[in-house]
Amino acid sequence: MITLRINGEKHKIDVDPTMPLLWAIRDIIGLTGTKYGCGEGVCGSCKVLLDNSPVQSCMIPVSVAEDKNITTIEGESRNLQLLQESWAELNVPQCGFCQPGQLIAATALLDKNDNPTDEDINAAMIGNICRCGTYQRIKNAIHRTVELKNQN
Amino acid sequence: MSTIKNISRRSFVRSIGLASGGLILACNTSVFSDKEKAPENLIDFNPNLFVQLNSDGSLILVASRSEMGNGVRTSLPSVIADEMDADWTRVSIKQAVGDKKYGDQNTDGSRSIRYLYEPMRKMGAMARAMLISAAAQKWQVPEEECSAENHFILHTSGKKIGFGDLVHIAKTLEIPAEDTLTFKNPKDFKYIGKHLRSIDVEEYANGSAVFGLDKRLPNMKFAAIARCPVTFGSVKSFDKTATLKIAGVIDVIEIPRIERPFGALGGIAVVATNTWAAFKGRDALKIEWDFGDNQVYDSDEYMKQITENVHKQGKVSKDVGNVNRAFNGADKIVESTFQLPHLAHAPMEVPNAVAWVQGDTCEVWAPTQEPQASRTEVVEYLQTDREKVTVNVTFLGGGFGRKSKPDYVVEAVAISKAINAPAQVVWSREDDIRHGYYHTVSAQYLKASLNKNGNVTGWLHRFALPSIVSTFSPGVDYAAGFEIGSASNVPFELENMKVEVGQAPAHVRIGWLRSVINIPHGFSLNVFADELAIAANEDPLEFRLKLIGKDRIEETQDPIKYNTARLKNVLKIAAKNAEWGKELPKGHAYGLAVHYSFYSYVASIVEVSVVNNKVQVHNVFTAIDCGTVVNRDTVKSQMEGSAVFGISLAFYGKITAKNGAIQQGNYSDYQMARIHQAPKVHVEIVDSDENPTGVGEPGVPVIAPAIINAIYQVTGKRYHNLPLSDHGLV
Repeated sequence: MITLRINGEKHKIDVDPTMPLLWAIRDIIGLTGTKYGCGEGVCGSCKVLLDNSPVQSCMIPVSVAEDKNITTIEGESRNLQLLQESWAELNVPQCGFCQPGQLIAATALLDKNDNPTDEDINAAMIGNICRCGTYQRIKNAIHRTVELKNQN
Repeated sequence: MSTIKNISRRSFVRSIGLASGGLILACNTSVFSDKEKAPENLIDFNPNLFVQLNSDGSLILVASRSEMGNGVRTSLPSVIADEMDADWTRVSIKQAVGDKKYGDQNTDGSRSIRYLYEPMRKMGAMARAMLISAAAQKWQVPEEECSAENHFILHTSGKKIGFGDLVHIAKTLEIPAEDTLTFKNPKDFKYIGKHLRSIDVEEYANGSAVFGLDKRLPNMKFAAIARCPVTFGSVKSFDKTATLKIAGVIDVIEIPRIERPFGALGGIAVVATNTWAAFKGRDALKIEWDFGDNQVYDSDEYMKQITENVHKQGKVSKDVGNVNRAFNGADKIVESTFQLPHLAHAPMEVPNAVAWVQGDTCEVWAPTQEPQASRTEVVEYLQTDREKVTVNVTFLGGGFGRKSKPDYVVEAVAISKAINAPAQVVWSREDDIRHGYYHTVSAQYLKASLNKNGNVTGWLHRFALPSIVSTFSPGVDYAAGFEIGSASNVPFELENMKVEVGQAPAHVRIGWLRSVINIPHGFSLNVFADELAIAANEDPLEFRLKLIGKDRIEETQDPIKYNTARLKNVLKIAAKNAEWGKELPKGHAYGLAVHYSFYSYVASIVEVSVVNNKVQVHNVFTAIDCGTVVNRDTVKSQMEGSAVFGISLAFYGKITAKNGAIQQGNYSDYQMARIHQAPKVHVEIVDSDENPTGVGEPGVPVIAPAIINAIYQVTGKRYHNLPLSDHGLV
């Protein structure tokens, strides 16, 4: 048995310890906001926070994630919530499929950088593909989030 | 034209699951008035249901088209709501299942708004008229003294009543005759032509939107399929011993190939308790394949072959004036050969579907652009009645034409039937890249003559590409009419012109990918016209406007004629916004392209830099004339997305085959543009009251040629082949 702590909740699961965290989250625990896109860690759709660091959950065996704090798109975090509001305000998503991964990557960025430049955003988000091409709005929405945070 | 009937008292209302007590409008819409498409459903006029107003004032509007980032779940219902004078905040959306009664649901060809704008206005106008009648009846006043505003009916006396409070009267009324309907003056539109956020934006942002891949049913099994690496190859024998030892694997099943355009490719399916076990089990299979005829396919050799075919005379499809005489009397001759590779759609959400076959009934949940074709394939596969098959449409994590082809739906049905349980078939990314319906590979040869004044006097365009028709009629090896039009209807004033088509047999399934034939033709036409401007020693913008020529409505085979004034207008707007001619930083330059497709006019000016032999696109100035605009924000976002889609194909897009097998397999070797490569896209939408035309696709074809033309301005080098990664430029 492996115990995963996802969004503050403990889940005991009986799986092969080499199963990628992505599939444990989606198929065993049933949280489907985290997406499969490539299975080889190059598209970012499956990003989650592992002890506050963004990781591609398709590349992390569940055994490695045990006893760590896992935050998915369904989780709660101040920065995630503010980003989600900006995402909605600027109507960022097109098909929406990659956006949970984009939001997790953006959350990790704002968690350690209060005022990212375009270059900081590029560096933090380069691992996340959006086939619809919403990059410009993603960038604007991150800046907008910072603006809202500074207003408060 | 439409006829509209009140069906709220009819028995079949219950059968489609709408709650009782509501006002339901149905209509027989003729959405097929556009003659470009064979109106096969025209004769049966099945009723379409779009509006349900409940007595609590909540309003349910039906989206009959699929949502894949195109914004239709917002734009189409917003037309109804606006014409109905409804309050958008009271609206929720019901996604239609695949059924002819909704008319054409094929979300493809940039047609949703073009086909449904008028029918949706009628739906709204009809609802508003009936609510006004209901209020007039309740108040015992003339209808002329009543009007609708934001979910209320108002009387000239000042009294008002909410829409919901009128439901009980409205549902007893006869549907008014269509010719009595009145429509809002466009200046009074509240939603149409404005910026409206996606109605689903919160669900996208919080991860709760259910894509096909997210559908779950009790006791549902997950399946992955090993398909032959070569298109239409088959299984000789297989060994499942190792697979069955993997934890979570339940069963291994052989799936036959279904020889239909959208039929399953066939292969060995591994059924498991989770996706990962299914993938692992699939990888552990030992399969001996019969690769079949297509193992001869080598895309490098093939490119040589089709290039030879455009360097000799082909089948003449258009011949105007006398091209040879023009060439013989030329001051200058320019000729170029263009080579473009296959492309894969690679939507972020891989093909997948959930099916549950129970006896002779079946329910499907699928991210499909074409729920009715999906239903047809399932009905054919199960040999059951159409009424026994339900196809639910989930959100699509991108489509781009891939999800019009429901081969993956049939696979899920085959597996569910075999295991007698709900099944989700999941394609791995490798499956998606290696077993797609590829955008065609192409070779093109263009030759033109210029006179001393820099005017084009003769024009020859030859091209060879495997046709989409080959997917439907195996053996077809020449381009079809719809693949020739964008070359033969080139919007230039040409007295002497010839178009020829070369032979090109297909060795993979050829499909349509966002903007389709306009990718190769938009590329060659725009790059070649730029080369002619250079040869004529003229400014590319001035030269292009001259080449398009005088204002005219161009006669084509199509019922919709293109207007060169609108084409020049978008080019001028893009140039004005880019400040064409201004000095740019060292190593930067502008390139332009303008193209008419899906009945829309699009021009883009791109600003490119080439530093250390690496290309970066900094700005894209796009102008689009798509007639009447429903949702400005959707048009804008589609132009932004099209720019990135165009950059991806220009930089990286290349699918190759060796011994019949596709050589790429994931985003690592079939790369996409990423955030650091995304330009700033500046969009201007032309104000127009013309009929609405395409938006989802026409922004794509201009991007790659504009980049090539800009690179020439920086480096003096002209590239005729894509992708740019082959030239070491990215």
